Amino acid sequence: MSQAIDNIKPSYPLFRDDDYKASLANKRQMFEERISEEKIKETFEWSTSVEYKELNFKREALTINPAKACQPLGAVLCTLGFEKALPYVHGSQGCVAYFRTYFNRHFKEPIACVSDSMTEDAAVFGGQKNMMDGLENAKALYKPEIIAVSTTCMAEVIGDDLNAFITNSKKDGRIPMDFPTPFAHTPSFVGSHTTGWDNMFEGFMRHFTLNTMEGKEVGKNGKINLVPGFETYLGNFRVMKRMMKEMDVDFTLLSDPEEILDTPSDGEYRMYAGGTTIAEIKDAPNAKTTILLQPWQLEKTKTFLQNTWHHEIPKINIPMGLEWTDEFLLKISELTGKPIPDSLTKERGRLVDMIQDSHTWLHGKKFALWGDPDFVMGMTKFLLELGAEPIHVLCNNANKRWAKAVKKIMEDSPYGKDGEVYIGKDLWHMRSLVFTNKPDFMIGNSYGKFIQRDTLFKGKEFEVPLIRIGFPIFDRHHLHRMTTLGYEGAMYILTTLVNAVLERLDEETRQMGVTDYNYDLVR
Amino acid sequence: MALRQCAIYGKGGIGKSTTTQNLVAALAEAGKKVMIVGCDPKADSTRLILHSKAQNSVMELAAEAGSVEDLELEDVLSVGYSGIKCVESGGPEPGVGCAGRGVITAINFLEEEGAYTEDLDFVFYDVLGDVVCGGFAMPIRENKAQEIYIVCSGEMMAMYAANNISKGIVKYANSGGVRLAGLICNSRNTDREDELIEALASRLGTQMIHFIPRANAVQHAEIRRMTVIEYDPTHKQADEYRALAQKIINNKKFVIPTPISMDELEELLMEFGIMEAEDTSIIGKTAAELAAEAIAA
Repeated sequence: MSQAIDNIKPSYPLFRDDDYKASLANKRQMFEERISEEKIKETFEWSTSVEYKELNFKREALTINPAKACQPLGAVLCTLGFEKALPYVHGSQGCVAYFRTYFNRHFKEPIACVSDSMTEDAAVFGGQKNMMDGLENAKALYKPEIIAVSTTCMAEVIGDDLNAFITNSKKDGRIPMDFPTPFAHTPSFVGSHTTGWDNMFEGFMRHFTLNTMEGKEVGKNGKINLVPGFETYLGNFRVMKRMMKEMDVDFTLLSDPEEILDTPSDGEYRMYAGGTTIAEIKDAPNAKTTILLQPWQLEKTKTFLQNTWHHEIPKINIPMGLEWTDEFLLKISELTGKPIPDSLTKERGRLVDMIQDSHTWLHGKKFALWGDPDFVMGMTKFLLELGAEPIHVLCNNANKRWAKAVKKIMEDSPYGKDGEVYIGKDLWHMRSLVFTNKPDFMIGNSYGKFIQRDTLFKGKEFEVPLIRIGFPIFDRHHLHRMTTLGYEGAMYILTTLVNAVLERLDEETRQMGVTDYNYDLVR
Repeated sequence: MALRQCAIYGKGGIGKSTTTQNLVAALAEAGKKVMIVGCDPKADSTRLILHSKAQNSVMELAAEAGSVEDLELEDVLSVGYSGIKCVESGGPEPGVGCAGRGVITAINFLEEEGAYTEDLDFVFYDVLGDVVCGGFAMPIRENKAQEIYIVCSGEMMAMYAANNISKGIVKYANSGGVRLAGLICNSRNTDREDELIEALASRLGTQMIHFIPRANAVQHAEIRRMTVIEYDPTHKQADEYRALAQKIINNKKFVIPTPISMDELEELLMEFGIMEAEDTSIIGKTAAELAAEAIAA
């Protein structure tokens, strides 16, 4: 059972060795009081039935694999997009450890984020003392130029008032009066990570522009503002910059974590890198307008920009797929008077060519998908453009208006007629859906791998492979560096989807002497 | 006129809800547009305006619907006497859950749903007696109530509570714009009550904005789930509430209070004969010891 130092095996394949197999079987027999294989199999089969699905959809008091995260997680990501801004979470330590590890595992990067460690006495006496010490220490130790404060459930339940606590800390001399401290109340038990992003972003804009609107004029700086929302594909920040450059459009990306989430390994640790500057935020009300790249999750932001900046926010969809990227670029062109350059026209043509090249493989393929509201809507739209059929479209953190809008998009296409839209449902609901009405593939985050394993357990013919597009992706590397927006993003998604189809076909036809007729070199 | 937001605090049972509703009725009668937000899990802050037992509260409806996000403003906002808008935050049964969070949730909901319309002149928050946690301070956070009125009477515990609430206000006043706007004396017919409350007000750096005499008409109206203003507009008690309403409309005296120490408060009470001087020689002595001492003397 002992390992040799020059040949250390990880759990797999180590636990497949005979001695480990015997030991594990022994433990199971002696201590686990395991119920019989037949009973397990019977219960499993029942859990895949239509009867179970109906019970499952009546579930009220339990969420299993929710397909969403909590508000402060979004607030932290939003903050990482601003220059030298330190995310500061007023609340308990464990929550903040979770935010850091969640992003660590997805981005494979260190994430700087502090907590003021509220404990039992803080819950009783209120967290003002923690705030005072925390702000003072965080500023002294980590030398940020902005500290952005959000909250965990604990601080919210006891009703801590961020505005009062931060102001009192400044009056107490812990940090200078003029030190930038945008903040947002982000109770985890309300909304989701996208709500938290929205709240924190509004907090930033409020802090830096609300009281300095005098002399600000819509269109004065001639720029266009872009607001990404909760965006985890670094390629999406890059493709936006590239497209704006090619269009020769002057723009400001408000919250840009592209650098800090992709730092080079050159011996120097960067606690801060890149990001939108304070000067850019202060100048942002002078832009022609602001485009919300994920409008369904930026409602509070939209209200603030309309009421305070007096921006007319264009009604456009997330620029995903062919038509909605067209819509986005045409809108930019209309707002700025700049024509669409040949380079982007050519890129569009290449995408159309790719769609044509692959359509025979994607046509009629059935997909189940889940994720954040704008992503799911954009993905549904692009699947329909490809002639693929989204049949189970699920979003936990979307509202009824969203569900109606997605349903409408699906009804407008012959490929969407048989699909259903689900809001407020989780991945355990999704499991029932893929068992009772089998799609060819699932599109979603890493958590879908457990549904894939369950479907395989029922039998190879029931297996539904997972295509990893979304957040978080913990079990594949570097996918967060890809692009899902614009023509470039559509190319990546298309490539991923069609190769998943071909991969699967190879897997199903490589039985020597049985399916040789379709195990083709050329697909 | 810009919207004025006022919070009413005071010891439990002092008559906050009754006073608030009569005051608000008087304001409405004078042509003001008013909204009452009840911030008490008992949800009895609007019954005299709506003639109802208890209004369906935000938290109650949210629990039924599954979450606050499933509610619409019209579900929780009722309009009563003279166009007064009424909302109750509500909260859990005694002994469970967190009532303070209910207040936070309800007020956030009202803000997000646009309940604070531009035509409103006043919003009154009727808050649970003791500010026991951060949730009950929600109405006095930045951009909420800027004026606080404390309802009290010439009794020791009521005055003790008023002083305590002033201590709470100081914490928020230092960081924001919230100010103490006055004490409302809801008379219990104790001796020299008006002078006593005047004296307390001056120690706290504020004013006794009005002295409301005791009158049975208030109870007669209350049995009918009405305010005096509506039940018997000619009664002289209605004029008292009208006077209070006018004083509040014209009030300019907003201060950061100067709460006093326990010793100072006791001194004041002794001065007015509400409390007797403490005889420190008897503390900790049993009856037998005292009897022995009496014999020895």
